Amino acid sequence: MGRYLRPASLAEALAAMSAAPRVPLAGGTDHYPARVGVSPDEDLLDLTAIPVLRGIAEDETGWRFGAATTWTDVIEARLPPLFDGLKAAAREVGGVQIQNAGTLGGNLCNASPAADGTPNWLALDAEVELASAAGARTLPVGAFVLGNRRTARRADELVTAIRVRRPPGPARATFVKLGARRYLVISIVMVAAVAIFDRAGRIAAARVAVGACSPVPVRLPALEARLVGERPDPALVEPADLAPLAPIDDVRGTAAYRRDAALTLVRRALAGLAA
Amino acid sequence: MRSPATRHAFRVNGRDIEAHVAPETRLADVLRDTLGLTGTKIGCNAGDCGACTVLLDGRQVCACLVPVAQADGRAVETVEGLTRGGRLAPLQRAFLDHGAAQCGICTPGMLMAAADLLARNPHPSEAEVLDGLGGVLCRCTGYRKIVEAVLSVGRDDVPVDVAPPAGRAVGARLPKTDGVPKVTGADRFGADALPDSAWLTLRAVRNPHAHARFRIGELASLHTRFPGLVAVLTARDVPGANRFGIYPTGKDQPVFAEGIARMRGEAVCALVGDAETIAAIRDEDVPITWEPLPPVTFDAALAGGAPDLHEHAPGNVLCRGRLIAGDAEAALADATLRAATTVETGFVEHAYIEPEAGYAQRLGDRIEIVACTQTPYMDRDEIALILGIAPGQVRVIPTATGGGFGGKLDLSLQPMIAVAAWTLGRPVRCVYTRPESMASTTKRHPARISAEAACDAAGRLVAYRFHGDFNTGAYASWGPTVANRVPVHAMGPYRVPNVRATSAAIHTTDTPAGAFRGFGVPQAAIAHEALMDALADRAGIDRLEFRALNALRKGDATATGQVLDHSVGLLACLDALRPRWQALRAEAAAFNRAARGPLRRGVGVACMWYGIGNTSMSNPSEMTMGIAADGTITLYSGAVDIGQGSNTIMVQIAADALGVPADAVRLVHGDTDRTRDAGKTSASRQTFVSGNAARLAGEDLRRKLLALVNAGPDATIAPDLTIHDGGRVVRPDLARLAPDANGDVVVGLGRFDPPTTALDADGRGVPYATYGFAAQLAAVEVDVDLGTVRVTRIIAAHDVGRAVNPTQVEGQIHGGIAQGLGLALMEEFFPGRNENLHDYLIPTIGDIPPIETILIEDPEPIGPYGAKGVGEPALIATAPAILGAIDHAAGVRLTRVPATPDRVRAAILAKSA
Repeated sequence: MGRYLRPASLAEALAAMSAAPRVPLAGGTDHYPARVGVSPDEDLLDLTAIPVLRGIAEDETGWRFGAATTWTDVIEARLPPLFDGLKAAAREVGGVQIQNAGTLGGNLCNASPAADGTPNWLALDAEVELASAAGARTLPVGAFVLGNRRTARRADELVTAIRVRRPPGPARATFVKLGARRYLVISIVMVAAVAIFDRAGRIAAARVAVGACSPVPVRLPALEARLVGERPDPALVEPADLAPLAPIDDVRGTAAYRRDAALTLVRRALAGLAA
Repeated sequence: MRSPATRHAFRVNGRDIEAHVAPETRLADVLRDTLGLTGTKIGCNAGDCGACTVLLDGRQVCACLVPVAQADGRAVETVEGLTRGGRLAPLQRAFLDHGAAQCGICTPGMLMAAADLLARNPHPSEAEVLDGLGGVLCRCTGYRKIVEAVLSVGRDDVPVDVAPPAGRAVGARLPKTDGVPKVTGADRFGADALPDSAWLTLRAVRNPHAHARFRIGELASLHTRFPGLVAVLTARDVPGANRFGIYPTGKDQPVFAEGIARMRGEAVCALVGDAETIAAIRDEDVPITWEPLPPVTFDAALAGGAPDLHEHAPGNVLCRGRLIAGDAEAALADATLRAATTVETGFVEHAYIEPEAGYAQRLGDRIEIVACTQTPYMDRDEIALILGIAPGQVRVIPTATGGGFGGKLDLSLQPMIAVAAWTLGRPVRCVYTRPESMASTTKRHPARISAEAACDAAGRLVAYRFHGDFNTGAYASWGPTVANRVPVHAMGPYRVPNVRATSAAIHTTDTPAGAFRGFGVPQAAIAHEALMDALADRAGIDRLEFRALNALRKGDATATGQVLDHSVGLLACLDALRPRWQALRAEAAAFNRAARGPLRRGVGVACMWYGIGNTSMSNPSEMTMGIAADGTITLYSGAVDIGQGSNTIMVQIAADALGVPADAVRLVHGDTDRTRDAGKTSASRQTFVSGNAARLAGEDLRRKLLALVNAGPDATIAPDLTIHDGGRVVRPDLARLAPDANGDVVVGLGRFDPPTTALDADGRGVPYATYGFAAQLAAVEVDVDLGTVRVTRIIAAHDVGRAVNPTQVEGQIHGGIAQGLGLALMEEFFPGRNENLHDYLIPTIGDIPPIETILIEDPEPIGPYGAKGVGEPALIATAPAILGAIDHAAGVRLTRVPATPDRVRAAILAKSA
């Protein structure tokens, strides 16, 4: 007989996880679709009654996005241009119904290669905050998402938040998503980019990440290095910059197309940073 | 096993409620199963379709994704809460008035999403409406009337004729006669109708392989492990023939496979028991030994040498079709200008938002089937054969049907629930999951077409040669219909003296391909319209003018030798489009000349024709219309309304025929015990064929009623049945007449069978009594760097003979265009790979552009009040028009559909290489 727990405090949740692993459940937007026509015997931990897990907090060091913060929370939050890409992604996740229920932590933990959040977190150089009864730790997003549907979360751990450090200078961000229809579409390719500018308006640091073209969304370090000292310009992108991608053929498109489209989208993302 | 039930308290539509259920139970299930609020519909249980949209603390969510525990202490609003004090909310009224609900299955979700939007933003822009409703899929309406309806709330632009006077119903924009329950959530679809007494639940266990031998082992241990399991039904439990199929000679599909499963998703047995037990049994728990066999793919079957899947189909060729006129080979050889093409299309899923559902119950020596369907009478006859009983022992009561498009013409769950209820003696219910529906039911036929056409130097068509192979999958279904219908339509609606058109339906181990809006004609139209564009270009003639030059005209003979004497409105369609064509082409060319970025615009045109009703086969409809002693007027219609609107059309026609206002006519529909056979809802036949039966029934009733009082034919009948005959006012004395089984004392009968002839060995004759014609323009914007295509406008001119209800005709055209757009750009089903609505893409509200419809009414003399059908004609021209527009924009002609971004981009790269 499965057991369903919906604790009101994080301590209670962590204690339950340390006693026996449970399937964490928040917005249900990935949980239920994986259970159409089946009702598996599993212990569930509903995280939506824990106030500390939801909401966006800002201090002098940066921002903390509670793991159970919804996409709608992101859309409606007052956030600086650093998060324009994240906001754009939030508007493209499912329809309004999914944006109202789906959470940032759930999207990350589901670890879909096509998760709209993940390239943004990579471009934001975000860190994942994990907690267990034994203590807390943080991991860079790149070290957290390990593969298709695989993360570094231990069975007794919960993701509690995603943290983004305050950049040293003015920053801009962009997100471009390619799909075969207007709404409710899983990305064929997506690109998130963040640039931090110096006083002269040149790029001091840049991070560009591509999703849906490899088991885990990846950054493009060669391009990022070349952008430093430049103004955002699509002409700076070279095909070889996409070497880290490993796209596959699937129902949404061919590998060759993904590589080709990714190049176009990376260039457009850079054009977006210039705007 | 699920968690123990716990108490959950929340507010629903302003009332405090408590439910004792497992906390992870989906809110949608609690609303429907525990609280009886079945207005919230379940289309996918995966958050993909939005049909179950409700408001949770005022925000729209998919109720299928919310554990009921998360509703604790919160406010839930459902469609049932929109109606206040028995009055429709303005939003509901707007949906009715604008024809925004067709089948009605997505309507509750659409209404709740719109309610959320309007509560936050009472005067939204169109873009805001699209964003707000973007999470709900609709397969019927093409969304545009939904957008109109939401934008109209709070304005006074009522586009309806609420109560047209007697004799004026035909042609009026009457709101749907069955529309109110669709906007209140009260309509009962397949999963909403429940037996009166306790029922058992049935779930099929299905073949997980493309092709496999199997053996079902000893079941005793399964029964021991699951005491709630009442029965495991297999082929041996079928009391009559374990076979069904559309054609009397082609019954090849088993209810339960017999040792060999020819397709993924084929039912091999069914588990029957209480709902919780059935949900708890996994397929792997059932002792079945599978021996996978090599699949027979379309390529393998065409190449020959694949093992035969059916004895009666050597070489896996189910059947062939053929039409020969003149000498196409010689004419092609001699022709000045020639063009050739090959077309390839894939499986297309109907994607009605309502998965198949229903129940069966045995009542003595009779059985009742209450389920969604497009064809109650065929269902009745097939169930009788399967149970080994007489058709009269079977009663089919169709529920509201949440979309069909051809996919609910074949039996799905009915044979299984019938066998279970018949043998177990208890009501048995089954509701398909979305993946089960997609894996096991029919699809549009994948086609491989090669075609060649030729014209003279002046642009006149002289020859057309066509061959199409159609993948009909594991079972025959409607394969013969496709093979016969395609050759007749292969060359398009043009005068072509020399034609050779052949077709073949090929068996594979894929999902059966059956009926889907157009029966192969949409695939063939992609070929003939590509050739018209190519020949027009070669002849140096404008693409629209080339079509006008060759368009069938009144008095022309078709390739089958049929002379079209009436209602050939294609030229009028092209004339109506010409000014828009010229302006849009010029605008696109100007845009492209100035373009520096990746966007290019283009405009395409395509024509179509479609024979209304069955091909060279009798397909009669019968209807009765009666008056009860108390004066109640009832039309008994066996025509099933699957959203297309026949319930309204039949009432409009019958009311005018009798001479009373439409709101004086009550409708009984579908029930095989109370109506007569009005055939299938297919082949665009209901308005034309059943509409005629309704007209004749109304006229017969009028004659009989007037005869009762010796009134002349010009007498008028008031709604209270007072008859005004010249200066004389009389009331027939109905009380003295004996009532029939329906309680009627005067009954009119109408029967109509469209006049056709058999086709000879060369396919010549009169295959259809009349044809629908249309021409459509599509304007697109292509991103040449990404290969993405955005359709920016569709202009559709359709000759419908007479628009019985212009709002509904527009609705059919919009919906057909949306499906045509899907066929052109995004839809392809791969068995086993995209059996859900997030990997299988259908157009969303943001994909359908503004649509202008132009109704041409070139009356068909034998149609009811001049009307022809429009259901399938709506779809056929859209894909070729879009493909022509892509060609205009980017210089590439896609003939492999869907023209997904990767295919369009590859074509652009290949051209520039």
